[in-house]
Amino acid sequence: MARILAVDDSASMRQMVTFTLKGAGYQVTEAADGQEALTKAKSQQFDLIITDVNMPVMDGITFIKNLRGEANYKFTPMLMLTTESAGDKKAQGKAAGATGWIVKPFNPDQLLNTVKKVLG
Amino acid sequence: MSIDLEQFHETFFEESFEGLDIMESGLLELEQGDVDLENINTIFRSAHSIKGGSGTFGFTAVAEFTHDMETLLDQMRNGERQVTEAVVETLLGSVDVLRNMLNAIRDGSDIDVSSVAEVTVAIKAILGEESAGTGSTETQVAAIPAKGWQVNFKPYIDIMKTGNDTVRLLRELNSLAESAEVTINNDSLPLLSELDPEDCHQSWSINLIGNDISEDDIREVFAWVDDECELIIESLAQDDSSVGSEHSDNDCRETEPNKRKTDKRSNKPVESSSIRVNISKVDELINMVGELVITQSMLSRFGEGEEFNASTIEKLKDGLAQLEGHTRELQESVMRIRMMPISFAFQRFPRLVHDLSTTFDKKIELVMTGESTELDKTVLEKIGDPLVHLVRNSLDHGIESPQVRIESGKSETGVIELSAFHQGGNIVIQIKDDGAGLNKDRIITKAKEKGLVTKEEHLSDDQIYDLIFRPGFSTADVVSDVSGRGVGMDVVRRNIRELGGAVEVKSTAGEGSVFTIRLPLTLAILDGQLVGIGNETYILPVISIIESLQVKTENINAVAGNSEVYRLRDEYIPIVRLYQIFGIKPISTELESGLLVVVEAEGKKIAIYVDDLLGQQQVVIKSLETNFKKIEGLSGATILGDGTVALIIDIAGLIELYQKDMANVVPIKGGGLAA
Repeated sequence: MARILAVDDSASMRQMVTFTLKGAGYQVTEAADGQEALTKAKSQQFDLIITDVNMPVMDGITFIKNLRGEANYKFTPMLMLTTESAGDKKAQGKAAGATGWIVKPFNPDQLLNTVKKVLG
Repeated sequence: MSIDLEQFHETFFEESFEGLDIMESGLLELEQGDVDLENINTIFRSAHSIKGGSGTFGFTAVAEFTHDMETLLDQMRNGERQVTEAVVETLLGSVDVLRNMLNAIRDGSDIDVSSVAEVTVAIKAILGEESAGTGSTETQVAAIPAKGWQVNFKPYIDIMKTGNDTVRLLRELNSLAESAEVTINNDSLPLLSELDPEDCHQSWSINLIGNDISEDDIREVFAWVDDECELIIESLAQDDSSVGSEHSDNDCRETEPNKRKTDKRSNKPVESSSIRVNISKVDELINMVGELVITQSMLSRFGEGEEFNASTIEKLKDGLAQLEGHTRELQESVMRIRMMPISFAFQRFPRLVHDLSTTFDKKIELVMTGESTELDKTVLEKIGDPLVHLVRNSLDHGIESPQVRIESGKSETGVIELSAFHQGGNIVIQIKDDGAGLNKDRIITKAKEKGLVTKEEHLSDDQIYDLIFRPGFSTADVVSDVSGRGVGMDVVRRNIRELGGAVEVKSTAGEGSVFTIRLPLTLAILDGQLVGIGNETYILPVISIIESLQVKTENINAVAGNSEVYRLRDEYIPIVRLYQIFGIKPISTELESGLLVVVEAEGKKIAIYVDDLLGQQQVVIKSLETNFKKIEGLSGATILGDGTVALIIDIAGLIELYQKDMANVVPIKGGGLAA
């Protein structure tokens, strides 16, 4: 089953994402910021990254940029969780190597649909 | 698939309240002129998380309210808006409103709409009336239903390098249509020898056939690669353009979360009794339990009827030693779970000091150190109120008005220092101000007035200062809004004692006062010194013990009445015969045949006379109050290894008890208790 890394500094969002994805049978690993996520992603291969943008220590965009530079993650889908008001964040994220985004707020069904789409 | 979002609410509330605290302290720092970007970023992140979470979990009102805050903060962090006092005040106000909103939602009560509206207006006013709406600036293209579309999709060469997959896009596009014809264009494919497999050289032309496909649906498919391809979408058949189909799919975000559950809200607990524990602490525990299980299985072998000889006894001893080690480690790990940084208690003070200094028209700088010092969660929760009282007191009575300060040659701004640190198994919290100091004369006058001391008594400075902790003592000339209501320092001391701690004050006229609170690391376990008196075993807290000594007759001095003091180097320390106080039969009443244990509490020392020292061990404290009743001079009881109950001595209480006993015979003499 596909392995997903969910990165968010908000515990409730992390819980929600993890719960939803696990319920659909995915294996989910959590990280609370970009730095932690980067460490985890380097020690284990993930098939999909879902990351928040605004986080302490290392933000989501820097994280994506760093991870995209890793040979193992050249083509791995990386999705940002972002609010619709952050248009320039989308562009910045894309420039950093993000595959796409999920607009917040989202409900579990929307999340699952997007994930299914990306993971095929 | 439907998932009950309510299960995440508790976590959401918890982290939101944490976020609000972070915002508050961040804003207060901003106010002190320290405008650093990281700070604004932190505040922004908190607001952003609350907005995101509240939107997701269906608290629309909170999400809407936070939206304007976020906009304002975003402007601040982009440098588009000056950080002025007015902006900070408004944001502080909105933090309060948000807190109330979240509380109301959690308790199932009504949100105070008027205060929400008030602050919303204030924020909008700062934002310049025109609030940008919900931010969806892209105007929606009217959906023209058509028989089908021709989509020309020409990805740029790098499209796959963002993890996008052209096959996925085509598959998704296909799922929209009843049928699709795809033409691939391989013209720009280079020779195999020059081909970089990571590049994309193809382009596609797709004829999508289907009645209900809108242009938006198609654009949605390509939304992520908008800037990574050329995309031309043309309608296949323009006729038959009845603009009839409703268009509601794009804005799913409005539907689900709006459902607010009205039932079963009120039975939720208001106070959260959960604690957040770092995973590493839990892992440590699991590890220890693993070790315990191994030791247990090792030991259980001895119980399984094997023959018992000298060598098995050795092994048994080893095993027991291991068990002891593991038990202690396990206990320490469990204790560590309950430990939380004192910043949880400290974080309310910047706001408190900010608000109070406005009330009193004083200029105060609050300095906090040692916020990461950890202490037991129960202690932490209960120390909050006494601390607030002491800080208020320093602010109200300690720090002078700016004018008085300037006149006495001090800086206009008073400093209150709040610090926490470890000291010999204790947590020490100090509240220090550079104000006027305690007024000795006024304290004595007042104490005499209230009959707390007699006219003839001569008291040392420390004894005088200590009077402020007596019940019924309040020095404020004018009873102010904040302090001086008579429920003063005695309550503070009582609360701190209930936590097994002590509080004392030192003061220098004109230079300020220091209140020092000493607290045990935990309420549950105590390092105890077992002492024997007659047939009884008592326990003294090891942290209070200064030294134990054999009595030399020449150092005993009898003072008036039946009180005795012991000369220890240059100090005279009152001797407390425990058997007298608790009315038990000792082995010996001759001081020379027993031992003296010198202990200290709240700056006072006594020498406790005991028959024997029995050993030290950690004891689990059981409350006397809940199991029996409160007894003066005792802080609790414990059960020893052999099953007997031993009482734990409350040193501060014992000293008081002793003083009372002595006072019944003769009034306490000045210097009777060496400080």
